[in-house]
Amino acid sequence: MNIFRNVVFAAALAGLCAGIVMAVLQTAFTVPLILQAETFEEAAPEHSHEATDGVAGGAEAAVQAHTHDEDAWAPADGFERAAYTALANIVTGVGFALLVLVASEFAGGLANWRQGLFWGLAGFAVFTLAPGLGLPPELPAMPAADLLSRQVWWIATVALTAAGLALIAFRASPLMALIGVALIVAPHVVGAPQPASYETPVPAELHHRFVVAATVTNLVFWLVLGAVAGFVRTRFSARLGAPRAGLV
Amino acid sequence: MATHASTTHDVASSAQSRNLQLALAGLLGIFIIGFVGFSQLEAMHNAGHDYRHSMAFPCH
Repeated sequence: MNIFRNVVFAAALAGLCAGIVMAVLQTAFTVPLILQAETFEEAAPEHSHEATDGVAGGAEAAVQAHTHDEDAWAPADGFERAAYTALANIVTGVGFALLVLVASEFAGGLANWRQGLFWGLAGFAVFTLAPGLGLPPELPAMPAADLLSRQVWWIATVALTAAGLALIAFRASPLMALIGVALIVAPHVVGAPQPASYETPVPAELHHRFVVAATVTNLVFWLVLGAVAGFVRTRFSARLGAPRAGLV
Repeated sequence: MATHASTTHDVASSAQSRNLQLALAGLLGIFIIGFVGFSQLEAMHNAGHDYRHSMAFPCH
């Protein structure tokens, strides 16, 4: 299990670095906007949760809807909340780094940090740009379609965009490139699940700032993740096998 | 001849083992992201709330 261990180790380092950077960026740029939006959620509870509203009804139930259940554990505001956000960033950073490293190993292996940067850009396109077109980053108190259908669309869009990019990048044939483009476009032709109404107490200006902040912080996250993964990969090339082909 | 055959076999099985290990690592990655980003457990949702919004995961 040498290869497995080396990939996991490289992913742990890349995820740790990218996760810490992302946690700092989120604390500075996205979390303040989330907290600001939550004040609108408290002020206008009827907009908070589509599903719970229908079942429970009444403003009181809707106020609780954002946290779903008063009895459920939640981190205390302030340091504890920020610590869990940082932890989530690092843990998923390792998860994303595993996917990037595994995909790049199948494609020949990252030769250096610059190749890692390009893989990071691909990760940004697959996990942020493509799903974000149909389902832009949303703030609390914003209306949204049924959760399950949005999750299905999100996962399908990520998978199709990854497959499409792979066909374009690694199959030197015009037909495959065309199929790749079709795969990337397909989920947007179908369209993401949209809410019945777009009415929200959150000002459009606040939401716009959040979309920009979330997208740009994700870009930095993916570039750091890719570059560190590429750098660490070169330290283990003896055991993982030297990179076989220059893909970028 | 025998040596040649066994070398070919070794190469094939090591490639197979390599692919299996990579696939395992990929599955681990998908599992981690799915658990933190998509789990509907209340405690997970609340702990990762700001993270999920910031990463634009579909969340509540």
